Amino acid sequence: MNWKRVAMSFLFSLPVIGLLAFGLTRDPRTIDSPLPGRPAPDFTLPIFENGEGTVSLSELRGQVVVLNFFASWCLECRYEHAALAMASSMYRPQGVQFFAVLYNDTPEKGRRWIEQMGGQPYPALYDEGSRTAIDYGLYGVPETFIIDRNGLVVQKKIGPWSFDELTAAIDKALAIEAVDAPTDGPEAVKPTAAAVQGGAE
Amino acid sequence: MLRLIGSFTVWASLALAVYGLIAGIVGVRTRNAALSRSARAASYTIFGLMTVSNLAMIAALVSHDFSVDYVARVGSRSTPLFFTVISLWSALEGSILFWGWVLAGYTAAALYFTKDRLGPMGAYANATMLGIGAFFYLLLVRPANPWGLVSPAPLDGPGPNPLLQNHPLMAVHPPFLYLGYVGMSVPFSFAIGALLSGRLDDAWVRASRKWTVFAWAMLSLAIMAGMWWSYEVLGWGGYWAWDPVENASFMPWLTATAFLHSVMVQERRDMLQVWNLSLVISTFLLTILGTFLTRSGVISSVHAFTEGTIGLYFLSFIAFVLIFSLALLAGRSSELRKHGHLDSMLSRETVFLVNNLLLTAFTFTVLLGTLFPLVAEAVRGVKVTVGAPFFNRMTVPIMVALLFLMGVGPMLPWRVANVEELKRKLLVPTLAMIVTLGTAVVLGMRDFWGLLAFAFAAFALSGNIQEYVRGTAARRRAQGGGWLRAFGGLINANPRRYGGYFAHIGLILAAIGITASTVFRVERQATLQVGESVTIGEYTVRFDGMRGQQEPQRFVVGANMTVFVDGRDVGTLFPRLNFYRMSAEPIATPAVRTRPDNDLYLTLLAFNEQDGSTATLSVIVEPLVGWIWVGGVMVTIGALFGIWPRRRAPAPVVSRKRTAGVA
Repeated sequence: MNWKRVAMSFLFSLPVIGLLAFGLTRDPRTIDSPLPGRPAPDFTLPIFENGEGTVSLSELRGQVVVLNFFASWCLECRYEHAALAMASSMYRPQGVQFFAVLYNDTPEKGRRWIEQMGGQPYPALYDEGSRTAIDYGLYGVPETFIIDRNGLVVQKKIGPWSFDELTAAIDKALAIEAVDAPTDGPEAVKPTAAAVQGGAE
Repeated sequence: MLRLIGSFTVWASLALAVYGLIAGIVGVRTRNAALSRSARAASYTIFGLMTVSNLAMIAALVSHDFSVDYVARVGSRSTPLFFTVISLWSALEGSILFWGWVLAGYTAAALYFTKDRLGPMGAYANATMLGIGAFFYLLLVRPANPWGLVSPAPLDGPGPNPLLQNHPLMAVHPPFLYLGYVGMSVPFSFAIGALLSGRLDDAWVRASRKWTVFAWAMLSLAIMAGMWWSYEVLGWGGYWAWDPVENASFMPWLTATAFLHSVMVQERRDMLQVWNLSLVISTFLLTILGTFLTRSGVISSVHAFTEGTIGLYFLSFIAFVLIFSLALLAGRSSELRKHGHLDSMLSRETVFLVNNLLLTAFTFTVLLGTLFPLVAEAVRGVKVTVGAPFFNRMTVPIMVALLFLMGVGPMLPWRVANVEELKRKLLVPTLAMIVTLGTAVVLGMRDFWGLLAFAFAAFALSGNIQEYVRGTAARRRAQGGGWLRAFGGLINANPRRYGGYFAHIGLILAAIGITASTVFRVERQATLQVGESVTIGEYTVRFDGMRGQQEPQRFVVGANMTVFVDGRDVGTLFPRLNFYRMSAEPIATPAVRTRPDNDLYLTLLAFNEQDGSTATLSVIVEPLVGWIWVGGVMVTIGALFGIWPRRRAPAPVVSRKRTAGVA
């Protein structure tokens, strides 16, 4: 064995391994989304579980909204369900509204899934034809949007939440004050949002 | 039940692989025959276990056992049976399970064909295979465990990634890819076996050559099937985009191609020992690197969010293999003295050396382009991608040069060429080259690299065909009989050489197809009312209305298109959009009419959703695309022909090589 050469080959290997190790710390999936900082697309969706009637985002101005897309066939959704359920109860006093939006699934299966998961304290909405999912540029499920009091998307998360991560994100959204008093009607959404963006610059 | 069988088999495989690895090494070190035998028995047993594990997974998929984690991820009651079975390899965990099966198969087969004839080298090689196996079985019990329990079991699953259940070629591409990829671990293991045992003659080369050719043939077929799949499914009319996943399969192919040529120099001229070992090690490392780079699923799935730790496992494995094999090679390099030397610049070995330099440069270019985003982010903290223009600019000259070499190589003999003989052999190919070049220029072709590619393709094609013609003529003169008999005798007397030339011809045809379809591609986009038509080249395509149909796993909407060639009705095409239930975006399936001279390629981009009165289509005419697929199959046939077991005495080449080696 020629040990000098062995040592040299070792030195040659290190930068290659270092580079690959660096690559491992990067997340190739962090795709820049145009949504954070922009107004959340409005929707009006029927509630199929935990409530009745419909929900419109525009009527929720002045409240922080957690919008979670899920499906009964999605395994990762199971992992984050407990965190979402717990957080929704914890933040109810502060007026944070949680909604689960069913993605490419039937309400009947969604209802049975929620039952399997031990129920959930917030309403589940049915997005027929995935219109809302398309508006939000959904990448996959689970995917969650946190919307502040001004109707702007504060954070978008692809993949399951951990409880700490979720509460940190909600706290961040809660720290943002409402710029304008909530007005009625979706027409008011855009001017308000423009004012916010203008003010931030 | 299936879950228990599956879990048991992967755990048992891991345990046996670790045992066999240790028993094999200890057995050979202490000359304990019983231990060595038990290591070999372990290899065979693992193959049995992995077979059971894979069959159990198929059974779980087919019976929709959603309590099995992997089935819950990729299964769906609405997926047709065929796609359910092949979803075995449609996501990360299943593909690793399948990988483990193929690896266990290779380990057992390599052992079966060599038995204990190779002594310590064979024992070390088997231990290396088991070591690689231990890594993959470890993945199967930890980060890529397909047998996890899902409780309560979901009622239904999402089904495989829609892109992967859109075309039957998905049944072809991955298995061949794995046969190619995993097959490269056999020559790697023989090389490590040689280095560990200190048996540094060309025994490892002889032991591994057929395995390399086989794996290379499978990899060639897999790459071609992958190109074909992306052409038939992705809807942009292309077949290669220098995507990291494609590069990952292409890089080991390049180094293996280099090895297939340089190994002949070692066999014939007793040169390039260190180089050949390096190529084999690099090839294996590149297969693992490719898997590492695309770790987030074989193809990043729309809803696979398992971050997991599999990347870390792969990184540790790459680090270990890289350091271990390089150190081993470096430590032994002074013992690997070369005996031969170059006699003349005008010889086949010179061409092989240049070919190796080009292929290595090629590999480095692709590697650089693939890793560049990572380097840029590490150094400057910005996300950059290099994209196709970089790859095309850097690699087209290399490909063109390789085409030329493919023509020259077969004309040149070993050691030193006779200039008169060479002139005679150059005559026809050079004429073919000039005529092709002239014709192309006269017909108005001005693309520099395209012209060069066609010219060299003509040169190489006629050069390789000429070898068959001259060989057959010489044999007929010597032995009499008809042309056909002489031809049969010729290729049977030296299957390796003439199989190789056949592979060359396949590759040249593919190169012609690639050049023509890139340079002469014509594309138009049109929005048509029902009854309207669009004309492109000799084709006129008429839109006859939309048609929708419900299929079990998807809803399909397509445009009825009638195709006319020079005004004559030649049939209909049905480009369509498939709506899968778990995918928001529809997946397009283009309609392709393939003919020897060109392909008509229709993609439905959009349609009037209210009444179906209009459709927007992309219409592409691409010349000679079909040649790529034919060429790819020819490459595989040529390679396999060269290693096909024959029942006659080996060609006298072997004995000549031995004498050459003792200089």
